[in-house]
Amino acid sequence: MLETHKTSIFKSTLTMAYRNLLKTLHNPDKLLDVVIQPILFMLLFGYLFSGAIAGNVYAYLPTLVPGILMQSLISAATGSGTQISDDFSTGIFNRLKTLPIPQVAPLAGQLLADILRLLIAATVSLTTGYLMGWRPAAGLGWAILVVILDVFLGWALSWIFALYGLFAKSSTMVESISLMTMLLLVFLSNAFVPVKTLPPFMKILVELNPVSYVINASRTILNAGFWPTSAWIVLGAGIVIISIFAPLTVLVYKRK
Amino acid sequence: MKTAPAIAIQTLSKKFGQQTAVDRVSFNVEVGEVFALLGPNGAGKTTILRMLTTLLKPTSGTIQVLGHNLQSESQAVRSLFGLAGQYASVDEDLTARENLQTFSLLNGLTFREARLRTQELLEEFSLINSADKLLATFSGGMRRRLDLSISLIARPKIIFLDEPTTGLDPRTREQMWKTIRQLVQAGTTVILTTQYLEEADQLADHIALIDHGKLVALGTPQALKEKIASKKLNLTFQNELQATQAVQAIAEATNGIVQQTDNMVNVSFNEVDDITKILTNLQVAKLSANDIQIKQPSLDDVFFAMTVGKN
Ligand SMILES: Nc1ncnc2c1ncn2[C@@H]1O[C@H](COP(=O)(O)OP(=O)(O)O)[C@@H](O)[C@H]1O
Ligand SMILES: [Mg+2]
Repeated sequence: MLETHKTSIFKSTLTMAYRNLLKTLHNPDKLLDVVIQPILFMLLFGYLFSGAIAGNVYAYLPTLVPGILMQSLISAATGSGTQISDDFSTGIFNRLKTLPIPQVAPLAGQLLADILRLLIAATVSLTTGYLMGWRPAAGLGWAILVVILDVFLGWALSWIFALYGLFAKSSTMVESISLMTMLLLVFLSNAFVPVKTLPPFMKILVELNPVSYVINASRTILNAGFWPTSAWIVLGAGIVIISIFAPLTVLVYKRK
Repeated sequence: MKTAPAIAIQTLSKKFGQQTAVDRVSFNVEVGEVFALLGPNGAGKTTILRMLTTLLKPTSGTIQVLGHNLQSESQAVRSLFGLAGQYASVDEDLTARENLQTFSLLNGLTFREARLRTQELLEEFSLINSADKLLATFSGGMRRRLDLSISLIARPKIIFLDEPTTGLDPRTREQMWKTIRQLVQAGTTVILTTQYLEEADQLADHIALIDHGKLVALGTPQALKEKIASKKLNLTFQNELQATQAVQAIAEATNGIVQQTDNMVNVSFNEVDDITKILTNLQVAKLSANDIQIKQPSLDDVFFAMTVGKN
């Protein structure tokens, strides 16, 4: 009998995540969106719009920081779609599929590496806020809890973008559609502006936007220091998204 | 006990919607040989290879790899073969060494083994001097070599090469041929696809001629040449007028194909007796050729005879 072997899901997934890390190390510009973008947005909104919206920077930061946090996480989540689409067009996935590894490992590795991107985006956002004078009223512990909640939700969203990456024709297309989705979701939310200043019709749109809901939950935790019902709902939504989109993405991936 | 063939496929078919890309193809590849799938662009070669390497599910038919059923044992069977695709699928954002290392790990090697194997392959494929450069600086030939070396990490028993020399300059192609011959000497079974008859003739022990998804001929290069036993007669006349008249006289003497270009007439025929008849007819018509050549068929002739007018 001929000797055949299989590489474990654990080892193959870690190797794939490691590959992703190497790629990022060689091309630090892949981190631009998770490093430069949050800094830029934080500075721009903090110093440019704070006067108009809240009177001064300090008054605006408690509103702004959770908004920028979510905005950079959604932006980071779109990256998985671009990367997956890229790997398909270069034929790497074909090669991976002929290896004695579990079929889902490349996808799992990608999504594992995405957690790192999300954590970087979250850290940069909050650190920039801190340097600008933001202090979480409820303390560091609650801030970390918010990061965990939002990163989890961002990770759930990256499954949706991963699925889109599998369907799209080119990674450039994934990039532009993702950017548009991100801008719409974030700007039509309460990320940067208080809802009460909006005209009635916009108010409805913004309140329907799930991103507003997440940001509200984050603000409550950061400012009041307790875990509201809305945070449970956000957590639940993340679980629902993952339990729908993870199997779906894996299925589509396997059939490609 | 008889050893199982490297590959055994039975009435393998693949449909893409309405289109039949591969149509009831059957053949065996013996252990240790070079087997060439020869055919024009769009014939279905890559599709067959993709099915053999578990990348594509056949619409119908069975595939056995070294006695293992491909459908029921696909993950395990993948450790028996390596694939180098039609387009080098290497990681552009990594160095050659990192490419080899990550794929070594994925092939189940430990970190230490992966490092050693990587070094070994970098040396074997003359990539050691560029080992730590990003692939952006690599030439087409270097990419192909890296691609092939990645497919060889696990020392597979069988290696699939999809058009391994397409787009390579003659010198790099020679190198690739040499590498393939070395692989065979080391006991690897090689299945390659090619559009070049010369390549199949040079490398292969057996050739499967594929056209429009169908297996149109199967055999050794020699047998294929003999199968189309058609010989060629080339006659050169004084001028075009004489050649035109000769076409008439020759057509009456043979069932073969008669073609005229300027003052030359080419005849393809099967019966050696036809030569006598043709020459007699020419004499009766008072036409004499300046030059007469008889040609044995080349593999090109086989190729064109079997795929003519279809592509
Ligand atoms: N994924 C696919 N979907 C639809 N048609 C395909 C697909 N892959 C190949 N084909 C078609 O199948 C035929 C054979 O293609 P292929 O196997 O790539 O040929 P070759 O490798 O011999 O050039 C072509 O007509 C091609 O258009
Ligand atoms: Mg092809």
